[in-house]
Amino acid sequence: MIPGAFAYHRPSSVKEAVGLLAQYGDDGRALAGGHSIIPMMKLRLASPGHLVDLAGIADLKGVRTDGGDIVIGAMITQHELIASDLLTAKIPILRETSLQVADPQVRYLGTLGGNVANGDPGNDMPAVMLCLNASYEVTGKRGDRRIGAREFYQGAYFTLLEPGDVLTAIRIPVPPAGHGYGYEKLKRKIGDYATAAAAVVLTMVGSKVGTCSIGLTNVAETPLWAEEAAEILIGSALDGATVKKAVAAAEAITAPASDARGPAAYRTKMAGVMLTRALARAKLRARGA
Amino acid sequence: MAKSQVSMKVNGKTIEALVEPRTLLIHFLRDQQNITGPHIGCETSHCGACTVDLDGKSVKSCTVFAVQANGSDIRTIEGMANADGTLHALQEGFREMHGLQCGFCTPGMIVRAYRLLQENANPSEEEIRYGISGNLCRCTGYQNIVKAIQFAAAKLAGVPFQEAAE
Repeated sequence: MIPGAFAYHRPSSVKEAVGLLAQYGDDGRALAGGHSIIPMMKLRLASPGHLVDLAGIADLKGVRTDGGDIVIGAMITQHELIASDLLTAKIPILRETSLQVADPQVRYLGTLGGNVANGDPGNDMPAVMLCLNASYEVTGKRGDRRIGAREFYQGAYFTLLEPGDVLTAIRIPVPPAGHGYGYEKLKRKIGDYATAAAAVVLTMVGSKVGTCSIGLTNVAETPLWAEEAAEILIGSALDGATVKKAVAAAEAITAPASDARGPAAYRTKMAGVMLTRALARAKLRARGA
Repeated sequence: MAKSQVSMKVNGKTIEALVEPRTLLIHFLRDQQNITGPHIGCETSHCGACTVDLDGKSVKSCTVFAVQANGSDIRTIEGMANADGTLHALQEGFREMHGLQCGFCTPGMIVRAYRLLQENANPSEEEIRYGISGNLCRCTGYQNIVKAIQFAAAKLAGVPFQEAAE
């Protein structure tokens, strides 16, 4: 499998990368970890004439706190994310999710920025970003802007990124200390995309749910933020009847494709099962205020 | 398309070459450098037969362009044996524990297991299975591969290898 010919660029600054991507327009693509674009190029589903490798840009690395947010450089690899003490302590759902992405070799090179920017509904991180109310810092021809993850995904492989844009960082408001979390993913085998997966972050006040946010992976053209399901749960003790009602609300917003991972109805039900499990796990982990 | 000049260290030896940007690292190693230990299995980033160690990371060399590896330090199965020609503990483990049958996945398995043991010198069975989950073997059922890696971990730590009861 030999990809189509292309010219390789390795800029050392975001400005230079944006200039190259703006110059080549639709014929240019950014290269992060390469584990989505290179397979696509091998299959000739993508044939960019210019690849702009972001690996040489130091500004796209690193994790820092900024007030109540954590800002993660887009080129952090899944492997580095898993090893980050700061992220594990403050936003542990990231590590839990990363450990379920693909396999070790892919995680050594695959990046968080690539995972969220590509717009592949099979990717795990976008739903987690909806759940966490993350935003993406983007530099483009017209300067810098910030896009909320909950607005970012428009369709399969279709996002608010424009030609010439580079997603430089992921900004995540740190959830309250003592929050509960869970990312539950059903997959056929290691390395597979989810049949369905659910991300939950919640806080407990005594025995009641104080706040709750839910994201769903690979059960629609985009990742889903299950706002209504979360609202149903807030104020409840996560009793069986309320959870059932919330799961039904989450299932109602899914629109999965029937494919090798199963018929649509099955995948919708599995989204509900994953959500039920993620809620149970999040509750166990939450320390009540 | 203009070729790019690349320079990288492979198994301790510096290689300089001109490559087309679209040349995958596995093709560069096998076809241009005659380093045929890393195998082409699926060529779709799944099987791990092409795994090489690149700057301290296990990577699937079918999913990396040679130009991306410019300036890197790479180790393949050819670079695993000790300088005096004796086998690396992992190679010995695979031989002693029958960790291979057809042998096609073995170069990738051993190179991956090498990095795993660098990061975790005393992995549990579960950690080994998780750590090699990006490498497929269609012969062994993995049982003996796990034992081979346990053998190597024990040998490298200088302790006797205790096979777990079946």
